[in-house]
Amino acid sequence: MEFKDYYKTLGVARDASGDEIKRAYRRLARKYHPDVSKEADAEARFKEVREAYEVLKDEEKRSAYDRFGKDWKAGREFRPPPGFDREFSFSGGDFGGQRNEGFSRFFETLFGEGSPFGGEFEDSAFRGRDVSVRISISLEDAYRGATRQLTIEPSSRGGRRRTLNVRIPKGVTAGQRIRLEDQGTAGGDLYLEVQFEPHDTFAVEGRDIHVVLPVTPYEAALGRTVKAPTLGGPVDLKIPIGSSSGKRLRLKGRGLPGSPPGDQYVELKIVLPRQVDAAARALYEKLEKTQPYDPRRTVTRSRARDAG
Amino acid sequence: MSHTFDSDVRGVVLDARVTFAADEFCRLCGIRRSMLVEMVDEGVVEPVHDAPEWHFDGVSVTRAQRALRLVEDLGVNWPGAALAIDLLERLERQSRRRLEPAA
Repeated sequence: MEFKDYYKTLGVARDASGDEIKRAYRRLARKYHPDVSKEADAEARFKEVREAYEVLKDEEKRSAYDRFGKDWKAGREFRPPPGFDREFSFSGGDFGGQRNEGFSRFFETLFGEGSPFGGEFEDSAFRGRDVSVRISISLEDAYRGATRQLTIEPSSRGGRRRTLNVRIPKGVTAGQRIRLEDQGTAGGDLYLEVQFEPHDTFAVEGRDIHVVLPVTPYEAALGRTVKAPTLGGPVDLKIPIGSSSGKRLRLKGRGLPGSPPGDQYVELKIVLPRQVDAAARALYEKLEKTQPYDPRRTVTRSRARDAG
Repeated sequence: MSHTFDSDVRGVVLDARVTFAADEFCRLCGIRRSMLVEMVDEGVVEPVHDAPEWHFDGVSVTRAQRALRLVEDLGVNWPGAALAIDLLERLERQSRRRLEPAA
């Protein structure tokens, strides 16, 4: 296992005072706290910082740690005393355990349970056994509900590898959490933090679904009925006669389920074929002559006002 | 000795529709009642209005757990945690206001 240079982690000198260590920790904790930080590796960095502080803030632990001396360098192979192996790892989602869960083996060897320091750093007011896992689901899964397999693999002696088939209820939205009672470690709870995978077709905003629907000029002008995609499958959509590009139509209740369910918004986008052949050209020219109108009246008028 | 077993679990979505009595809420957050009273007094969480006994919704569970982490890890007090959470929630709402298609 690798030796951890806790002074380097906090960016302080080996003879730093308690106050200096605390200041360094607070600054880094604000920067990397998973609840606050936008840094990509915030979770891992915060754990390192917290682990370092856990040791260096405590005089006894710090002096025990200091006995290894300054000759040890971070990353060097460090041989632990025998008799531990309690790290948990998760697959099927980003591991986001809290408190001392997920500290390094180096820490666990020296200061974890079973070490002379075992059990004394945990504030009894806080439970340390809830586990958070981030899961990404598709909009289809959120619409219909789904089952996801999560594998929890403790490497400990006597530990059990658990495979959970987790039901994702329909109508769940991004940012929501799902609590699975007693499925954390040692009697704690497991929390799933839901996020949506980007969809090929749909945008999502809360429970509302948005889609841009390409239509022909004649479908828009004549008010034809076309097929519009929804999460529940294609539906017939009657376009109002004379619709312009950008017009938004609402399909009530066709968004993500809930009470009330979300709506689906369809934005029309008039698309012309790249090639305009002679026949089409003749028809457009006829329209041009017989149906003249100025769609830029408002924009040209405002420009004239600005100029004047 | 390790072994494998499968089990089906159904969770509860922690939204505004699910509520917890005060004792259950405390158990979820690993706190004592006195700490819950502090949290309510300082505006970290708010009981659901239309209940005679204190009840809290699922969103409050997330707020309380988050506040506990901020207080412990960053050394802020309850009002500081409440302010941070309000701001973070606003940022999060903005950032996921609209998830555009991948294509």
